[in-house]
Amino acid sequence: MSSQDAPVTAAGPRRRRPAAARSDALRAFAGLLRRDLVLAFRRRSELANPVLFFVMVETLFPLALGADNDLLRAVAPGAVWVGALLASMLSLEGIFRSDFDDGSLEQIALSPHPMPILVGAKVLAHWLVTGLPLILVAPLLGLLLNLPQSAFAALVLSLLLGTPVLSLVGAIGVALTVGLRHGGMLLSLLLLPLYVPVLIFGAGSVESAAQGLPVVAQLYFLGALCTGAVVLAPFAAAAALRISLE
Amino acid sequence: MAKFFYMGGYGFYVWTAYGIAFIVLLINVLIPLWRRRSLMRDLARRQRRERGGNDSTT
Amino acid sequence: MHRFISQWASPRHFYRLSGKLLPWLSALTIICMLVGLVGGLYFAPPDYQQGNVFRIIYIHVPSALLSMMVYVVMAGAAAVNLIWKIKMADVVARCSAPLGAAFTFLALVTGSIWGKPTWGTYWVWDARLTSELILLFLYLGYMGLRAAIETPETAARASGILALVGVVNIPIIHYSVDWWNTLHQGTTISFTTDNISTSMLVPLLFMIVAFMSYYAVVLMLRMRCEILDRERKSRWVVQMVEGG
Repeated sequence: MSSQDAPVTAAGPRRRRPAAARSDALRAFAGLLRRDLVLAFRRRSELANPVLFFVMVETLFPLALGADNDLLRAVAPGAVWVGALLASMLSLEGIFRSDFDDGSLEQIALSPHPMPILVGAKVLAHWLVTGLPLILVAPLLGLLLNLPQSAFAALVLSLLLGTPVLSLVGAIGVALTVGLRHGGMLLSLLLLPLYVPVLIFGAGSVESAAQGLPVVAQLYFLGALCTGAVVLAPFAAAAALRISLE
Repeated sequence: MAKFFYMGGYGFYVWTAYGIAFIVLLINVLIPLWRRRSLMRDLARRQRRERGGNDSTT
Repeated sequence: MHRFISQWASPRHFYRLSGKLLPWLSALTIICMLVGLVGGLYFAPPDYQQGNVFRIIYIHVPSALLSMMVYVVMAGAAAVNLIWKIKMADVVARCSAPLGAAFTFLALVTGSIWGKPTWGTYWVWDARLTSELILLFLYLGYMGLRAAIETPETAARASGILALVGVVNIPIIHYSVDWWNTLHQGTTISFTTDNISTSMLVPLLFMIVAFMSYYAVVLMLRMRCEILDRERKSRWVVQMVEGG
């Protein structure tokens, strides 16, 4: 009996060497990521929804506030960020919903791979499909709202750092409510307090840039939030999923 | 005495704040007391019914 | 020590012990509140800048303090329930939530009423009021999630995770709102003068103690109801109901 295999003894299967377990987890991550991306691209028509919502929200601001360019320039940083936040929050519900409905979420939970890694893969897929397009479209919408030239870099950078936090922290909220039938409004209530710091520093950085002030501090803070979310949120979301699946 | 209620012109603000606080604190005490009473009544009724059912000869 | 904890973890013993403590804590609450109110409303001199309206501090500060303390208690109890599966901890969390929300509401309302004569409007996006508003949403979210999940066990654990995520976020939220506020408001508005005199401070301390023991009293009252409800089939409850 070779010790290279994983022999099943009376005490139970011997664990694989740590290096092998790590590459297992990485392969599971990549596999789940690819699966989610393929599934998302199969429903191509739905891919555009967050972006379209984003565009519509930004169109509403001038219609509601009046076409005064100076006013729009003043509210542009906040308005673009609020639109991106809402679009991200609305698209979040789908992250676990279809898998929950057809039972694949339970399969994912039962798999031997660490659940936080699998959750991370799903969140990354979701962000690539919704967050990234929002970031690409944002400068265009900034133009619509008369955002000053100086603020565009800050807008893209802050969204680049901020939207992953929205997806990661949002995943926790979705994981908690995935079993509920009408979880939508409750989800917004749960996520709003958690989104506040991201919004404050995100919009704040764009506002500072628009006024010609330095933005390093806000971006550093967003970076810290992003790092913290990447490290901690998958664990919380995995725990929440396990509870919801009971 | 009137000066106490007048609070140097701020009477409305001070007493509204204190009044709302008093009401909120009072309600929070009354709710569990009321709930306890109705709970005991409900449990007593259920137990009486169960006992009555056990004693019946059917 | 272990015996002490395991006694409180048993619903029946908690019921008995809390029954013994309640009269004392209630007396403490009433005494401290009377001392605090008399001291704050009568003996403390009017503030140099704000006149008599500063007396709202004796309700506002204890409420705000308790609103945050109760959230930490709630999150801690939820953690105990998640880690060690002690149901009494969950009872603490569940019963604390509406109380915390009430304190937060009170802090917001008294802060707003205080704001009108001092700042000119009923609502100002002051750092503290804004943080309190977000705290209220955290409480409402917790209570909403608990209500939305049907299985009590699952509801307890899911809302427990939410409470923990919230408690981690509270310092972050406070810091970000504070940063945001100083940027947009300019001068920070302090509620009282810097050197608060003893005659103003002592009633405040009494009111803080009064609010804390009030929380203990009402929490115990609610927990006792919850215990009666959950343990309704157990012998000691049946005997108590029959006897009463």
